[in-house]
Amino acid sequence: MTTPRTEQDAAQLRQTKRSRRAARVAEAASAGVKVLLVKIVLLGIVDAISVYALFVLVMKQDWVVVGLVAFVTLVVNWIYFSHQKLPAKYLAPGLIFLLIFQIFVIGYSGYIAFTNYGTGHNSTKADAVNALIVSSQERVPDSASYGLTVLEQSGEFSFLVTDPDGTISVGSATSPLRVVTDATTDATGKATGLAGYTSLRFADIVAQQQDIAALSVPVSDDPNDGSLRTPDGSSAYLYVSDLVYSAADGTMTNSSTGVVYADNGKTGSFVAPSGEELLPGWKVEVGFANFVHAFGSESIRGPLISVTLWTFAFALLSVLTTFGLGLFLAIVFNDLRMRGRNVYRVVMILPYAFPAFLSALVWAGMLNPQFGFVNQVLFGGADIPWLTNEWLAKFSIIFVNLWLGFPYMFLVCTGALQSIPSEIQEAATVDGARPWQVFRLIKLPLLLVSVAPLLISSFAFNFNNFNLIYMLTGGGPRDVTAGVNVGATDILISMVYKVAFVGASRDYGLTSAFSIIIFLLVALVSIVSFKQTKALEELN
Amino acid sequence: MRIAAPETSDQYIPTKRPFNFGRWFSRTGWRHLVGAVMVVFSAFPLLYVLSASLHPGGTLITANGLFNEVDLGSYSTLFNLPQQPYAAWYGNTLLIGTITSVCTVFLGALAAYSFSRMRFRGRRAGLLMLVLVQMFPQLLAVVAIFLLLSGISDIFPAIGLDTQIGLIMVYLGGALGVNTYLMYGFFNTIPASIDEAAKIDGAGHARIFFTIILRLVAPILAVVGLLSFVGTTNEFVIASIVLITPEKQTLAVGLYQFVSQEFSSNYSVFAAGAVLAALPVMALFLFLQKYIVGGLTAGSVK
Repeated sequence: MTTPRTEQDAAQLRQTKRSRRAARVAEAASAGVKVLLVKIVLLGIVDAISVYALFVLVMKQDWVVVGLVAFVTLVVNWIYFSHQKLPAKYLAPGLIFLLIFQIFVIGYSGYIAFTNYGTGHNSTKADAVNALIVSSQERVPDSASYGLTVLEQSGEFSFLVTDPDGTISVGSATSPLRVVTDATTDATGKATGLAGYTSLRFADIVAQQQDIAALSVPVSDDPNDGSLRTPDGSSAYLYVSDLVYSAADGTMTNSSTGVVYADNGKTGSFVAPSGEELLPGWKVEVGFANFVHAFGSESIRGPLISVTLWTFAFALLSVLTTFGLGLFLAIVFNDLRMRGRNVYRVVMILPYAFPAFLSALVWAGMLNPQFGFVNQVLFGGADIPWLTNEWLAKFSIIFVNLWLGFPYMFLVCTGALQSIPSEIQEAATVDGARPWQVFRLIKLPLLLVSVAPLLISSFAFNFNNFNLIYMLTGGGPRDVTAGVNVGATDILISMVYKVAFVGASRDYGLTSAFSIIIFLLVALVSIVSFKQTKALEELN
Repeated sequence: MRIAAPETSDQYIPTKRPFNFGRWFSRTGWRHLVGAVMVVFSAFPLLYVLSASLHPGGTLITANGLFNEVDLGSYSTLFNLPQQPYAAWYGNTLLIGTITSVCTVFLGALAAYSFSRMRFRGRRAGLLMLVLVQMFPQLLAVVAIFLLLSGISDIFPAIGLDTQIGLIMVYLGGALGVNTYLMYGFFNTIPASIDEAAKIDGAGHARIFFTIILRLVAPILAVVGLLSFVGTTNEFVIASIVLITPEKQTLAVGLYQFVSQEFSSNYSVFAAGAVLAALPVMALFLFLQKYIVGGLTAGSVK
């Protein structure tokens, strides 16, 4: 909390009790019934939703989230029913979204960076045990046949089974079999229906064959007891896994080979003495392993460093080229004697108005080596690999970004130039300065003072200019020697996206570690550049 | 007091000088030359896409013959692709963009109003925080957003992963930030005496905000709304991981996949999609051009 610094702040905070009460009375008198009604309805909706959420969360026994939701709901009600807290009333709606989807997710990324979250490690140990056992299940050779009726309840399938001695029980993938007594049966004693469930007919079963064939209903809470599965939808058989889980010492034993897979506490998976690993594993905190991996292994460190360098080079070159062209054009068209300046201006902001993701795709078409307009028409059928040669791809990206970005700089510079009083130029000319000197020594410094913050934000924008890179070259040409999926033109953010979401294996932990590294880089650049800007401001 | 301008030579300039091409060219003519080059550079890719979209059954290679055939076939093909629900993408983009920008403007204006008109503890820190938080772009936390939404899906499938409401909520996380800062500056230019006069007349804060202030700051609301709409239309990363079902996706996600699947064979259909997709944004831009230029330069010039 900061202390008020200006006179105005202090005066307003020092309001007397009386004037505050007066303000409240005035406020109450002015707020009509309509306002109150709207307030009550809106808060009612918010509260109804939170009560529903609390109900579901309590059922799931997710106590931390229950506490958070209850707390936020109470705070919101308190803010809006209180007669004070006026600023909070205006800030709360935006702040709630900001806290959840900006601040919380940044912190959450930080947490994920210290886990092995990703393909094969995305759940709890109990889930991993179940998944392993289910995936290695085989039908018991001489198992009895259970009479089966497939039931459905709000989209979830259950098995209603009649075992050989006539006991009827029901269970689903998530809840083990339990005995029921109120099932309807047919003449042979096989259960056919249960109150509250819909029994599937043959045609329904055929329609959803795959889901039903994949269903595995545990016999009891102990996964080692096996589960029931059905090959045909009318009878079920007992399947047991050759993996046996021992909850006491937390190991998995393969009953046919006798190999014991133990949880080594580090990788979040069962590992045999030979080093063989059973997957899926589960999510564990791995400390700095992801960061060590990112910086330590040559196959990732190499690409990471070259991607970082290219990201800086790309962002810097983008700002310089677009600012250079924009400034040049602003000077050229900042001449009152010139006619039709508005026409030029409208045409030149067209690239800025065209959606950027489409521009990149259109340029990708025009730069296509075999069929593109540039090679076929401009270069008369030449075969120049604009997007597949490492350096030409980099050049293409800078060039297309120039097309995309110069109109913005042109507009900004035009505005900034017009705000520089013309007397300055006249005075300098009278003093004998040549036009170039006037520009370089007087206009440019003045201009830089006002556009420097925009240049910094443009740098930051291009630092994370995902769309251009991903749509134009896809980050390619691919670097085949790298240990992660990166190419020559990938910038940090597109590398993060590709490691996390493209390809078969996803490594959320490593991705988040990259994100954290980028956070730190961006923060560093911002701090340094803002200090520079302050220095520039003092020039004035 | 200003000193009267001395008698300078410009008073002796004859009213009509003979036209001299060399002089005209060195003064303003060359500027038109630069202008012509820039017009070609700026407009050519757009004309290229328009021409490609009008080529019947065109591929990338036929697109090179500019406007040598004109036909609207690609536009009708576009709406009849079995795998690519273009009309749905289009509607989704407009819907998500409109809701996001309206809510962004509203939330941002609420915050800007309180920062501009009220004095409270933590105000300076709050303003500073808005600027700092904005430096960390949301797309860096894309993994966390994905996992958060998939967590929400377990409780509220209606607002979790693969829902448009979920996506809009993520976008609204960025509603406060640079936008608020821009609006805050504009709110400050509206004299506080207007508020006070209204207060004396018995108007409450809500009434002052909704009926007086919001109307006075309309230009900046238009700029922020447009920038937010454009930003949402262009957004690819978060939309691509949140929206999974093709019918729910946006143009950025859908058209990218369309292009990456069949790039050169169906180029005219993509081009038609691109032309239609660009229309609303470009129309808004040209319509609000005056305000945008004002808004951008207001940000740059102190």
